[in-house]
Amino acid sequence: MKFVAVTSCPTGIAHTYMAAEALEQAGKAAGHEVVVETQGAAGSTPIDPAVIAAADGVIFAADLEVQNRDRFAGKPTVDVGVKKAVHDAPGVLGQAIAAVESGAVTGSAPAAAAAGPTTKVDPNASVGTRIRQWLMTGVSYMIPFVAAGGILIALGFMVAQAAWGQTGAVEVTQVTVQDLIQNFSIASGQDWAALLFQTGSAAFAFLVPVLSGFIAYGIANRPGLVPGFVGGSISVAIGAGFLGGLVTGFVAGFLALWISNWRVPKGVRGVMPVVVTPLLSSLITGFLMFVLIGRPIAALMDALTSWLNGLSGSNLILMGVLLGAMMGFDLGGPVNKVAYTFAVTGLATSGLGADAVQYRIMAAVMAAGMVAPLALATATFVRKRLFTPQEQENGKAAVLLGLSFISEGAIPFAAADPWRVIVSSVVGSGVTGALVMAFGSGLQAPHGGIWVLPLISNFGGFILAVLIGTLVSAAIVVALKSTRKLPEEAVADQQVAVAA
Amino acid sequence: MSQPLTIPDLVLTDLVAGDREDATAQLIAVLHAAGRVTDAEGFAADVRAREAQMPTGMPGGVGLPHARSEHVTAPSLAIGKLRDGVDWGAEDGPARLVFLIAAPAGGDADHLQILAALARRLVHASFRQSLLDAPDATTVAEIITREVVPS
Repeated sequence: MKFVAVTSCPTGIAHTYMAAEALEQAGKAAGHEVVVETQGAAGSTPIDPAVIAAADGVIFAADLEVQNRDRFAGKPTVDVGVKKAVHDAPGVLGQAIAAVESGAVTGSAPAAAAAGPTTKVDPNASVGTRIRQWLMTGVSYMIPFVAAGGILIALGFMVAQAAWGQTGAVEVTQVTVQDLIQNFSIASGQDWAALLFQTGSAAFAFLVPVLSGFIAYGIANRPGLVPGFVGGSISVAIGAGFLGGLVTGFVAGFLALWISNWRVPKGVRGVMPVVVTPLLSSLITGFLMFVLIGRPIAALMDALTSWLNGLSGSNLILMGVLLGAMMGFDLGGPVNKVAYTFAVTGLATSGLGADAVQYRIMAAVMAAGMVAPLALATATFVRKRLFTPQEQENGKAAVLLGLSFISEGAIPFAAADPWRVIVSSVVGSGVTGALVMAFGSGLQAPHGGIWVLPLISNFGGFILAVLIGTLVSAAIVVALKSTRKLPEEAVADQQVAVAA
Repeated sequence: MSQPLTIPDLVLTDLVAGDREDATAQLIAVLHAAGRVTDAEGFAADVRAREAQMPTGMPGGVGLPHARSEHVTAPSLAIGKLRDGVDWGAEDGPARLVFLIAAPAGGDADHLQILAALARRLVHASFRQSLLDAPDATTVAEIITREVVPS
């Protein structure tokens, strides 16, 4: 990114230049361009207007009124004291980057309040626009975790298939961490596969916490991070998935914002950001999640499970539609998990014949779980302009993730635009589930995507089913996104989805 | 530049001081002795006034008292290395390197440019470390003269 900065201090001979140097160095270290105008005693040379025009964001590290401030109007701005830039230039730069990404106002409160910084976000901007910016802040930080974790897991499957043979993608998930630590051999393909799988799984454990944490960060800045991450982690613990993470991100962000605006005695003010705000906001978020949200989710999962069990033996194609739709609904969330667990539990039934219904259910569930990431990837290829550059990049990784039955590859898309993506995912996955049942494919492994193809009976039919579901789903998401209403209205819809 | 920013006479390699005020006073005394500050008390008051606005402790164990003052004849830098650091109001601990910057009130841009260059160098840990490692006053003054050049 490109930044322009202004530094100044009362005397104009020391801090002005130290801050300038520190910001330039921090920029160099982090790979960003920072051009500084030192408004010091030695006089200042105004930054070329073209450079200002090309800048993504503005940093004011100024204790004096910035000269000709209106030159910088209309860009995301952080406004900190000069001392902050001298002492923690990388931190100031980080704030500026976050401000650019979220378009939100950041900066140490007193300085910002005193100076009234300009930002991209009109304070009177519609709630909808800001919700979208908060969501995108969370999604943009989550995407690298999805890509890195997903690709590691997929590589783990690939290596496992080479190392164990046909059943590799199943075997690799059985290797325990203790086993891996104690017996790792540099020459063993199986060990490498387990290492890749475990590392990828570790990265995946951050998906929802990072999403939630940075949504809260977008809303409340630094105080939002702790409750946001904690809330996201609890969402995983109670099985609420990424939809739960969206909820905790907003809840935690507004709690932190609210608490950090409390008027407190001066003596307490110092410990507010470090102790009081994170502690109270995390506690309240935790209470809400465990008590108010945890129980209904558990109840929902129980109800869905017994309902599915009751359906056993009825029309298989209908069953395929239902299971597929459930897989596509929340991508690793509670509904998805019920369908998946239902299928895997079926595999454990003893004495199954090669053509058992349980195997066909498993095949339908896995095929459906591959559809969402593949469909979104396809959509980014055929209709680039409907997606942000980041989403387009994520689309490339999503191909591999989809092929490997890692539904999470679609979460960044779903988190950024929940209802359009979920609707298309549910329909496409349902189609695939039904088709797999119709084609009569069976599967005896609980994981692996195309890496367990040899374990799939009638795998031609299986692939065709995935392909058709993917195309259907991609077509729907493209259609929905193309007819997008004005951004404000679109976001209002998202708000409903988030609240749901 | 007619006079170098600092000379070995302006470097106290073994400064022992009880507090900020004491360390500053000793550094002002060497500037006064070198004829770069005409009125030690008057300049001390100017430095105090600046320090009162906001302590000039910097990350990395540096104190940077400074003032533009009519009692200063040439832009000058007095340096004190302290065996036992004194608190300079920085968050990360006491200062072991103290740079007292004296700037003439009516200093022209050239004078001020060199002080700007000094401030920029101070941000670099390697620069501070080289001063801490320097064995004597002559080496310290040489490093300053060599490294601090207006960009």
